[in-house]
Amino acid sequence: MADDQELEALPLDALHRELGAKMVPFAGYEMPIQYPDGIIAEHLWTRKSAGLFDVSHMGQIEIRGKNAGPALEALMPGDFIGLKEGRLRYSLLLDDNGGVLDDLMVTRRADHFYLVVNGAVKKADIAHLTRHLPQSIDIIERSDLALLALQGPKAAAVLENLGAEVGLITFMRGSEVRLRGTEIWISRSGYTGEDGFEISLPAEKAAGFAKLLLKDKAVKPVGLGARDSLRMEAGLPLYGHDLSPMSTPVEAGLTFAISKRRKMEGGYAGVDRIDRQIKDGTKVRRVGLKLDGKLPAREGAPVFVGDRKTGVVTSGGFAPSVGAPIAMAYVAAEDAGDGAALEIEVRGKRLAASVVPMPFVPHNYVRGKAA
Amino acid sequence: MSIYFTEEHEWIRVDGETATVGVTDYAQGQLGDVVFVELPEIGKVIDKGGEAAVVESVKAASEVYAPVSGEVIEVNGALEDDPALVNSAAEDEGWFLKLTLSDKAELDGLMDGTAYKAFVKDL
Repeated sequence: MADDQELEALPLDALHRELGAKMVPFAGYEMPIQYPDGIIAEHLWTRKSAGLFDVSHMGQIEIRGKNAGPALEALMPGDFIGLKEGRLRYSLLLDDNGGVLDDLMVTRRADHFYLVVNGAVKKADIAHLTRHLPQSIDIIERSDLALLALQGPKAAAVLENLGAEVGLITFMRGSEVRLRGTEIWISRSGYTGEDGFEISLPAEKAAGFAKLLLKDKAVKPVGLGARDSLRMEAGLPLYGHDLSPMSTPVEAGLTFAISKRRKMEGGYAGVDRIDRQIKDGTKVRRVGLKLDGKLPAREGAPVFVGDRKTGVVTSGGFAPSVGAPIAMAYVAAEDAGDGAALEIEVRGKRLAASVVPMPFVPHNYVRGKAA
Repeated sequence: MSIYFTEEHEWIRVDGETATVGVTDYAQGQLGDVVFVELPEIGKVIDKGGEAAVVESVKAASEVYAPVSGEVIEVNGALEDDPALVNSAAEDEGWFLKLTLSDKAELDGLMDGTAYKAFVKDL
């Protein structure tokens, strides 16, 4: 983001400042990177209680029109025709070469699909959708809505104490809920690996609702810094870092996002290359790395096996719940097996690291019965 | 013994020919939670403005440049086990290194505590 670009304020801007947030530019917005407690405390609090995140920078988009499901299936490898009402699906917007343009959540609602996309690329996503979806499909950006995330083991109890019935909303489901006179959309989803919810509501109601949540002693505000360390521990890729048009879903270890029917039937952007990679394997793979010692390795650090460069770190830092540095990297497939011993170069020093399965910290999702 | 401050938010406590160097409380607040401090080898000769240490916070790595020239005679081993000392006691137990000053004239023009306080207030 260029410095001279005008930064937008989030709907909760005043509240963040009131709470003592340190604000930084991110995705074209001024966003809270941390509050006075600091990143480590906010991270650990989310894992044991409930953290409130303002993620209103993310794009909320409605896709409306007849045959919107099949139209979206041409651009993404998810099964949207078969997606039931009130269910979410993690998916990937792909270019014709199978490169990832964005990762996103797609929800089927009664009469449309609801997409939540990354803030940094939402304009590009909308342009891509506009270019590729049939004219009969309407693409409506809901910039009138805010998006909050309440994440952590106490998140469900906090919402229930406010009178929201969330018991039936299990992981990757969503529902409209009437709470204190306001219609809000609640889904059980998030970016921390913990149980938790994402809450879409009118921007003008967001500050009042956030304050209501913060009245509960179980809830503390959590900034972007802890959001990043939490998602890293959960093994979740960050678009623009661990995902880009340079990588395919197969290379990124996201083959699960290609629905079974779509694997058999194809018919999505980039299918030829992706099919070939599923069959023959890939040259590189995204892996999780645990580092020996305490010195973290950051994005861009080269990864070696002996003298041979095998890849590059795409995310890395200190993991508060692990108590050690962790990283994600793309490395040559032959070096990507669990337990493989690699070295990461940081400021001319070689740090020993080993490939470990992700997530680094177990997920605590509350799943419903498969149906 | 006198204490000097730089515009790069370092403090230098001078005792005879020896200078103890650390980052200020303001600096630690800007850095956030410190998780690692990379310190120089003892015996290394550092020029003023050269890299003296690297502070890794949760968010990022930040270089600390030597505010004065000199030879490193001691580093704070306590930071290895407890890098968060930089957050909790930046201007005391969270010191980084000790130098033998090679040119005391480099201290001229640095701020004293009062001037630094005023400097930070205007940021």
